[in-house]
Amino acid sequence: MHRLAVSVFCALISPASDALWNNPYPESQAKENVLYSSFSERPKHLDPVRSYSAGEYAFIAQIYEPPLQYHFLQRPYVLVPLTAVNMPRVTYIGADGEILAGDAPVTDIAFSEYEIRIQPGIRYQPHPALARNEHGEYIYHALSPAQIKQVHELGDFKHTGSRELTAMDYMYQIKRMANPRLHSPIAGVMAQYIVGFSELSERLETAQADLEDGAYLDLRRFRIAGVTIVDRYTYRIRIHGKYPQFLYWQAMPFFAPLPWEAERFYAQPGLRDKNITLDWYPIGTGPFMLTENNPNLRMVLARNPNFHGEKFPDVGEMGGHEDMLLADNGRPMPFLDRAVYSLEKESIPRWNKFLQGFYDNSGLTSDSFDQAIQFNPQGDATLTAQMGERGVRLSTAVATSIYYMGFNYLHPVLGGGSERARNLRHAISIAVDFEEFISIFRNGRGIAAHGPIPPGIFGHRQGQAGINPYVYDWVDGRARRKPLAVAKKLLREAGYANGIDNTTGKPLALHFEAIGSGPDEKARLNWMRKQFRKLGIQLIVRATDYNRFRDKMLKGKGEIFLWGWNADYPDPENFLFLLYGPNSKAKNNGENASNYARPEFDRLFAQMKNMDNGIERMRLIDEMVTIARRDAPWMWGFHPQDFSLHHAWVRNTKPNLMANNTLKYVRIDPELRAAKRGLWNQPVLWPLVLAGALLAISLIPAFVSFRRRERSTAL
Amino acid sequence: MTAYIVRRLLYAIPILIGVNLLTFVLFFVINTPDDIARSQLGDRRVTAAAIDTWKRAHGYQKPLIYNENAQGLGKLTDTVLFNKSVRLFAFDFGRSDSGRDIGYDIGQRMWPSLAIAVPTLIVGILVNITFALLIALFRGTYIDFWGVVLCVILLSVSSLFYIIGGQYLLSKLFHLVPISGYDTGINATKFLILPVIVGVISGVGSGTRWYRTLFLEEIGKDYVRTARAKGLSEHVVLFRHVLRNALIPLLTGIVVVLPLLFMGSLIVESFFGVPGLGSYTIDGIQRQDFAIVRSMVFLGSVLYIIGLLLTDISYTLVDPRVRLR
Amino acid sequence: MLVLFWTDVLIYLLVAMVVVFALYARRREHLRAPWREVGRSGVAMGSLVVLAFYVTIGLLDSIHFRPALQPDEEAGKREYAHEILSVFDWLVTPLRERTEKTYSAPFAANLYTKETVELADGRQRRQFPRLKYGARHLDDPATEKTADIVATGLSAAVKGVAVWGLICVMLIAALARKKQQTFRSVFTRMLSGATAVRWRSMLYTFAVLLVISFAAADLSMEYHILGTDKVGEDVFYQTLKSIRTGLVIGTLTTLVMLPFAMLLGIMAGYFGGWIDDVIQYLYTTLSSIPGVLLIAAAVLILQVYLDNHADRFSSIAERADLRLLFLCLILGVTSWTSLCRYLRGETLKLRDTDYIQAATALGVRQFTILTRHVAPNVMHIVLITVVLDFSALVLAEAVLSYVQIGVDPAMNSWGNMINSARLEMAREPIVWWSLFAAFLFMFSLVLAANLFSDALRDAFDPRLRREK
Repeated sequence: MHRLAVSVFCALISPASDALWNNPYPESQAKENVLYSSFSERPKHLDPVRSYSAGEYAFIAQIYEPPLQYHFLQRPYVLVPLTAVNMPRVTYIGADGEILAGDAPVTDIAFSEYEIRIQPGIRYQPHPALARNEHGEYIYHALSPAQIKQVHELGDFKHTGSRELTAMDYMYQIKRMANPRLHSPIAGVMAQYIVGFSELSERLETAQADLEDGAYLDLRRFRIAGVTIVDRYTYRIRIHGKYPQFLYWQAMPFFAPLPWEAERFYAQPGLRDKNITLDWYPIGTGPFMLTENNPNLRMVLARNPNFHGEKFPDVGEMGGHEDMLLADNGRPMPFLDRAVYSLEKESIPRWNKFLQGFYDNSGLTSDSFDQAIQFNPQGDATLTAQMGERGVRLSTAVATSIYYMGFNYLHPVLGGGSERARNLRHAISIAVDFEEFISIFRNGRGIAAHGPIPPGIFGHRQGQAGINPYVYDWVDGRARRKPLAVAKKLLREAGYANGIDNTTGKPLALHFEAIGSGPDEKARLNWMRKQFRKLGIQLIVRATDYNRFRDKMLKGKGEIFLWGWNADYPDPENFLFLLYGPNSKAKNNGENASNYARPEFDRLFAQMKNMDNGIERMRLIDEMVTIARRDAPWMWGFHPQDFSLHHAWVRNTKPNLMANNTLKYVRIDPELRAAKRGLWNQPVLWPLVLAGALLAISLIPAFVSFRRRERSTAL
Repeated sequence: MTAYIVRRLLYAIPILIGVNLLTFVLFFVINTPDDIARSQLGDRRVTAAAIDTWKRAHGYQKPLIYNENAQGLGKLTDTVLFNKSVRLFAFDFGRSDSGRDIGYDIGQRMWPSLAIAVPTLIVGILVNITFALLIALFRGTYIDFWGVVLCVILLSVSSLFYIIGGQYLLSKLFHLVPISGYDTGINATKFLILPVIVGVISGVGSGTRWYRTLFLEEIGKDYVRTARAKGLSEHVVLFRHVLRNALIPLLTGIVVVLPLLFMGSLIVESFFGVPGLGSYTIDGIQRQDFAIVRSMVFLGSVLYIIGLLLTDISYTLVDPRVRLR
Repeated sequence: MLVLFWTDVLIYLLVAMVVVFALYARRREHLRAPWREVGRSGVAMGSLVVLAFYVTIGLLDSIHFRPALQPDEEAGKREYAHEILSVFDWLVTPLRERTEKTYSAPFAANLYTKETVELADGRQRRQFPRLKYGARHLDDPATEKTADIVATGLSAAVKGVAVWGLICVMLIAALARKKQQTFRSVFTRMLSGATAVRWRSMLYTFAVLLVISFAAADLSMEYHILGTDKVGEDVFYQTLKSIRTGLVIGTLTTLVMLPFAMLLGIMAGYFGGWIDDVIQYLYTTLSSIPGVLLIAAAVLILQVYLDNHADRFSSIAERADLRLLFLCLILGVTSWTSLCRYLRGETLKLRDTDYIQAATALGVRQFTILTRHVAPNVMHIVLITVVLDFSALVLAEAVLSYVQIGVDPAMNSWGNMINSARLEMAREPIVWWSLFAAFLFMFSLVLAANLFSDALRDAFDPRLRREK
């Protein structure tokens, strides 16, 4: 048995000469052109009509190709064609079907029609759903139970096939979006715009009434009035009214193509029981395809051999490490052979593996922050010496999102447009010090917001013109939060001097609707209570899970809450609509969670909504923001700043907050990585030796006395 | 014997029915199907219609226990209770709330759990027996005293500290093993070392102490005295007689936990990122995926009952005096 | 204004029960004998002192009230703050209120993270700013701190030893008077450890504890002796507050499960027949559900109840308390089955003993037999189980909190501390003190409880006693 133990031990350490003991990947992959990254939560949906979260987009945006994409380098964000030949042409159509000029007034426009022409010759990734025999028949569209029994994952199908992408596939996907069985999260929005969308939904609903869940329904048999096929490569989408933002949706996977064969294939009974579904095994035309899909362990994207090819873009803003980006000018993408994403739920192992070189990139948690980042005297974030030595690079970007603290405008104490309530809200807005919040809980990764529109989005104003005059003063060229005395004065004017209600004599108690209950949450809640205590207001925390929180907001029962919004597309409409009265959450299940309603604001919003960016739009936005600041339905909170770290061997990692299909731009240097990993991960052996020695020493007296006793009993 | 086993298996049925009913009541009091639908549909732009559709798609639209609108037997079978719970008896776990087949997932995730649990159990038993024998050999000396004190100290430390400490020392400082993760086949070995070491160490305190009492009880018996009087040396007495006889209660104590090894360890697995059944359960709890938790509760109960049965059988096998009634 | 929490009420009920039991046991020789044996064990008595120390803090932390706000001048009405404090909170007010901005190491004078500080000449620099409270009294911490810590610590230790000496003298005098011996003889016997109760080890432990607590008290007024956490709260305060949570989980769980376990266990064993079948079915069913899952389900239920009835709770503390109580209940449900099984087995044995047979033959009422003859004779099993379960429950709390089905996250508990400290381990330089504090306090409690329960088991388990 001893010999066995020794040989096992030797087997474990024998490759020690060059292999690393703590390498979580097979040693054979060490020098391959593979990117290593992680995911923390198993994606729920990989079906492009259902998926709507960043974690899922990290995968499917590399696989599915909508007609448009965001330019990788250019800022502000610009749309450019992806599978389309050029940018879609829009035609405005009047109520009687007449074609209008491009500058026709909004009120005249009954429909807009977008004509999209895609490039010919684009082919799908190899996939069993497209596999055909020599007679052109699909091999796997009528699987026998015996065949299904042998299959456990998609890779078990021997044959694969491909075909050319056509305009039909884009239309098919739009119909899928309308299919109520698929619960597309944007079906509600699209029903407002795409002509014939709701009608199709209703027809599909009745057509499937008797069908079992997951049974195949050939959507090709159904017509959608607003989408027409012009020729093999061209299609038109007709929408109600004018909605320039519609183009942004065309860069999201919702509008990516899907071959009908895939739905036909996955609908076969039995495959679903093996988790072989479209929601799990995507089929696309993009640079990568999902070759291993084990959400309990890892997901692997590999280069799609049928990829139509795309060149690295060659315009971009200069500065920073742009020179590296430009070195790849015009080279064919993608650069990587594979990308391996491992499941990593805990932040500690993720960070440590990044430090050891086993992940190529990493975000930053507030706990790893101090180790990686320091601020220079100018207040800019730079890497610490330790990171610098390792050649790690930092990229930062202010996210196109906002975390705000909302007041329920329907609440009798907090809400409403009265002078009293407004004073109360302004007092609280001053007292809750978001600069401190950012510095404690986000290590300074964020900027305090002065209004609803984040930087980088049209309508945001910098500097003195952009400050919120109700909460900040402009002092020495910087926005400074008003002193607490101002807040106390406002509170007194509102009738709550020192937090005591004048009329009842009772202390004012407000409720904060907290979500979740992690350890970090506790610290945050303590901090929040501290802010209100500054004014003498008692803040009572009502913590629930996210579901109940949403429920509470839906019923308009909340008081004060912290919520956030991520831009769907880089347009101010996508932020200002969060304050649009008719979007009220409690009344109309919209996204206006604070249920703010002011007719002036709503009127301006309706006007601003469909305009093209320009001076006139800017003027309207300024006006709206001014109204909102005065009413203060939100404490404007902050815009988070995304920091991400990359090792020296990873190139072309310019943060792009709108685009998700950025994996194709990334290039790595495997040789450098292997060398660095070897340098950083030499096993430390002395503790093993020490532990062994200690054990041996502690056993000596035992052994000695054992011998003595043996002898004595023998006597 | 066969008759006995059959009878015990029949006896298990009412227990499983009880477990099933209890969990059903628990889970449908917690969250209404509406809540489940909302959490599964994602957080943006969820409409009431979408919730209805989802509920229909997952069979939650039916009445919970009694369906008035159905015909005949359908009054009882066309309900959430029947569809979601009764089918468990045929080990048809159905689909999780997020749409995946639970039975298939369990089949997949069972192996990593076993890969950690079995070595931990075996190595743990060997280590514990070794220490316990050592202590028993030196009973009444300073080694005995300090050994027991050390055991108490070891078992007074929360298992969380062992995990955190192990990860910190062996992985972060010494680069000896990967911090977390898992792989299939032989590649899994290096991921198993740390969880197994941690598992063994966190069990060594209570295990050794327990085995020590078993050995001491055995040493106090008459036959040991006889053996010693025969002039057998101490280690012969200990290894030949005491160990062999103490193994009976020891092994029967182990048999009961054997089936539960399938369930894996909640904490070790989620700390080390091992895709076993333990982390599956935790995921289910944290995502409030009731279908998964329900299935795991049922599976756990079944395994526990099997364990009890195995214990009874093993008693008869090792000790012919015990007769099964 | 006094506030009564559910767990407070139960804690005082438990204390009352212990007192009643002690008075009861005093007058009965067969109950006193094993306790005397426990008293002879030095380790057990030392542990008992440690436990008593924890219990004192826990009890102080279990009297809650709402402090009065500054009375309104005109109205003259007394208004009470929303916040609920305990006597313990009030005693350690400085610890509670002196919060820094964020992390600081034990005994540190500066924050643990750099901040941009504006210098006098208008330039900005990144540096470690001084703490608001920690080591504030020192002008130049770098040179003075060590000396100051040693001086404060030593003077506190001297105070502690002095107090200890006084208590020793009083104790010896009291003992001498009671036993009518000279002071000197009691003293020498105590010193040699020859007393019936191991006073010596108790007093030594007490000395160590006194010195430590005096030093801690004095030092914590000027430093954060265990550092501060992410939002600058004193970790020492947090870990002291966690004591109550640990004790409540360890004791109330058994308190709430005892009636069920005893009633059902004894009934099953004594009556047999269908009663036995039903009870056995009940506990087999419950115990075959994996405990963690049952707890998870139950805690989720409670969460829903709390969310639906949020208006009934005027404060987080109240909610957290209800959750704690519920956790105790559900832990009780998962742990009563084993005690029930033991009791059933023991009662089965007792039923066939001569004296019970005799009592039955004499026509004594069954209820009387159960209460007079059976129950007292299974008490040792109950006691051993209770004490053994205690440490397991304290450890379980940490694990459950990690899985987020433990106590309310707003409540101070070692589990919550460990849970948040896990993330701190990844920081560089590492933030170790939260983890260390939780480890230290939890470990000493569990160790003391384990040592004590070992001695108790040796004393009460007749089978083991025979072998000694």
